[in-house]
Formats: sequence, C-alpha cells, structure tokens
Amino acid sequence: MLLNFQSFLQSKSYQYYFDLVSVLVAKELKVRYKNSLLGYFWSLLNPIALAIIFYFAFKVIMRVPIENYSFFLLCGLFPWQWFANSVGSSPMVLLGNASLIKKVNFLTYIIPLASILNDAVHFLLTIPVILLFGFLFKVTPSPVYVWGIPCWFVAQFFLTYGLSLLFSSINLFFRDLERLVSLFLLLLFYLTPVFYDVSLVPKEYHGIIFLNPATGIIIGWRDLFMKGAFDVGLYFVYFFYSLGIFFVGFFIFRKLSPRFAEVL
Amino acid sequence: MQESVVIFERVTKSYPTYTYITAGFKNFLIHLPKSLKGFKKRYTVLREISFQITKGECVGFIGRNGVGKSTLLGLIAGVLKPDSGKIVVKGRVSPLLELGAGFHPDLTGRENIILNGVLLGMTKAEVKAKLDFIVDFSGLKDFIDQPIRTYSSGMVARLAFSVIAHLDPEILLIDEILAVGDVDFQKKSFQKILEFKEKGITIVLVSHSLDSIVKVCDRAIWLENGGIKMDGEAKEVVSAYLRS
Repeated sequence: MLLNFQSFLQSKSYQYYFDLVSVLVAKELKVRYKNSLLGYFWSLLNPIALAIIFYFAFKVIMRVPIENYSFFLLCGLFPWQWFANSVGSSPMVLLGNASLIKKVNFLTYIIPLASILNDAVHFLLTIPVILLFGFLFKVTPSPVYVWGIPCWFVAQFFLTYGLSLLFSSINLFFRDLERLVSLFLLLLFYLTPVFYDVSLVPKEYHGIIFLNPATGIIIGWRDLFMKGAFDVGLYFVYFFYSLGIFFVGFFIFRKLSPRFAEVL
Repeated sequence: MQESVVIFERVTKSYPTYTYITAGFKNFLIHLPKSLKGFKKRYTVLREISFQITKGECVGFIGRNGVGKSTLLGLIAGVLKPDSGKIVVKGRVSPLLELGAGFHPDLTGRENIILNGVLLGMTKAEVKAKLDFIVDFSGLKDFIDQPIRTYSSGMVARLAFSVIAHLDPEILLIDEILAVGDVDFQKKSFQKILEFKEKGITIVLVSHSLDSIVKVCDRAIWLENGGIKMDGEAKEVVSAYLRS
C-alpha cells in the first residue's frame, strides 16, 4: 500500500537511517547538555524531587509498610520518567517538525523514534544513580542486570514507541489530544505501582492494575534493581503486550501517514 | 528521446475539509453532524493532470495562489498521495527546504551543517567529507563554531544554501527559494541553480517570480482551475500568463 514500510526502508540504505536517527538524537542531547553543564542534573532532578515528595507523603506521614522506600521509589520513577516524558511529548512531535515532514517523505517514523530514544538515553544515564542508591541500601549489583536491563529496555521501548506513534499521528487530526494525553498519563501514573506495591492493592482491583501495560514493566525494573530478580513469565506477558500496543500504534500511524502533509 | 523521470498520468488530488476535526475532539463532538459531513467533502485542487518531465529538464510551474503548485511538488516528493492517477518518479528527489528548516538555534554552524545534510539525504560520512567545502562556500568560517542563534538571518540563509549547494540530487524541487536573502545571496543561489542545471540535474521550480522562471527554466507549465492551461517554452508561457 501507500508509503509501505518495506519500500520506505528500501529507498535508502540502512546506514543512512542509522545516521538520521543518530543525528536527530545527538541534536537533542547536545542542546540539552550544551546550555548547562547541569543538563545531567536536570534529568535527575525531576524524579528525585518526586521521590522526596512521595517519601514524605507516604513514608513519613502515611507510614506505608515498604522497606527501603526511597530506593523503591527511584527504581520505579526513573523508568516511569522515560515513559511519561516520551509519551507526554509525542502529540507535539510531528507538529513541531511540520516544515520537514511536508517536504521529506521518509522522516515520519524517524521523528517520534528520535524523540523517545533521546529520553531513553537520559534514562540509561540515570541507571548509575540507581546502582549508587542500591549500594547505599546494601544491594549488590546482580549479574542478572546484564541481560535483565536490555530485556526490560526493549519491552519498554516498544510500549513507548507504540503509544508515541499513536498519539503523534492522531494529534495531527485532533489537535486537542495533547490535553487528553496528559490527563491519561496522570491517571496511568496512579494505576501503575510506582509509589506503592501491588501487594498493598485490594485483590478486586488487581485486574485494573495489571491491565495497565506499564505495571509489568515497572514491577520488572524494580524487582531487577532491588532483588536482582527476573520473572520470565511476567517478562513475556508484558513484552508481548507492549509489542501488541506497538503494532496497533504502528498500523494506525501507517494508515494515517499519507494524510500527514495534507493537514499540517 | 531522453528518458522521462517524472510522469504524471491523469492525477487528481483533493484536500479534505477537516476544519472541525483539526480543531480538536471538543469541536468535533460539538459540531458532530457537520464534522461527519466534512469527512466526505473534499476540495479538488488538481484534476486529471498529465505531463512528463524528461531528464535534465528544468520546468517551472506558474499560476495564481492556491492553484496547486506546491501540492504538485508535494506529489513529486511523495509526501502527498494522489486520489487517483499514476505518478512515476525515477531518481533521488531532493526538496529544498524552507531556508533554515531543520536547523537548531543552539547548535553551532558546523553541527547544523551535519544535521541538515543528513536530513536532506546524505549519510554522515558524506557530509563530513564535504564539510570543509560547505564551510568555505558559506564564507562563515569565523563563526562556524558559534551557535547559530547568534547569526543574522542572512547568515543562516547562507549556511542553509551552502548545504543545499553540496547535495547531489537527481531531481531538485524548489519552492520559492529564489526570493530569500539579500541581492548578493540571491545572485549566488541563482548561480548555483544554473550550475545544477548545467550538470544535468532535473529541476522543478515553483515561483511567483516570473523573472526567475524565464531565466532558469526551459519550459513552463501554467496551472489554472485544477488543470494545465498552457505548457510550452518558458518565455511564451510567461508572456501569455502576463497578458491574461
């Protein structure tokens, strides 16, 4: 069909696509780290500030029975930050590059990809901070990290890219989607066991919590960093869930992409 | 007989009237009956247009505003899809972006050259190999490691055109680029386009500047009411257009 993905790949060499993505990601990273040497600090600040707030609210005031609560929070907040930043900015990502999309036809898939990879790099850079915290809480890094981190990374990548494709394409047609997406992310945050443990959730609500694709991924990251554990069953369920969401986003994006230049 | 590199066969292109949709979900739902009608209603810009452009030809499209000139370039670039008809394009298409599109103000001139070169279809290695020539051509050597937010708009235009000048396109699409920049810069870019033409690169130009069409193009196509009103030697078409 029109703008077929195969023909899209064949029209240029893989080397070219690799360069294109790397240049776009490098652009964002350079801009971020050029303006201030504190660029790295900024990407840490937000989740750490949230962690402090939640720690105060839920540990100091509400006294949740979770051990090592500050470490617990960071293990969930850093990956959440990647997911939320990428998905949250996705509605505007195509609109913001309108002048390019109207002229160059192979860029459409690449622009959301570069945007989420940029956030992914920030996330990867925060992993040493997680390890450092683990060290403070006497958690020794586990050899499981070596394959656990790439595995959960890939699962989260598909989920994030799928939702980004979905929201970035639909937002071109319904320009107020951005507001709905931020509301959606807010709701999803509370439905994701980032600042609570699933064991604290009453049984009858488990259905809703586990239906949320981010749930498995956050649990996966946390088990990995806190216990060096990797639940293969959990991984495959949420990996295929994420892959499914990716394909839904991908096909809707592909269906809509011939119309992008018409509405920009 | 030279090979045709751009072939349009009875191409029709219409635009949707998405007014209520692009205004967002809220407006879409408030005006639901009208919105649903809007899905079907389309506005036809080009109606069963057929033409061919042979390799190395330089063709200018003229016509009033909204007649579909930029749409035509979009169709050649493959960004827009026709409703019906067949479009064949053979060869690497390089669209000239609006000057400065794809630049980032916080990056240096050098970094922007690489970014822009890759966006326009070169690999990183190709841009890097040409980097010194591009910097030389731009005449911005002293500023090349400064962020381009410190550049004047004329300097940005020079940098952008220097990247374009070192592209290696087979089909070049130009949408009103000749009107940008100061007189010197216009001359220089004009010169470069003539150079492209001499190299045998196929050029499709859309412009309101009839002057530049006559100077650059061998052939002009006059669009009116969604169809081709006249197709012929640039000078003749332009003078007929002026008389109308």
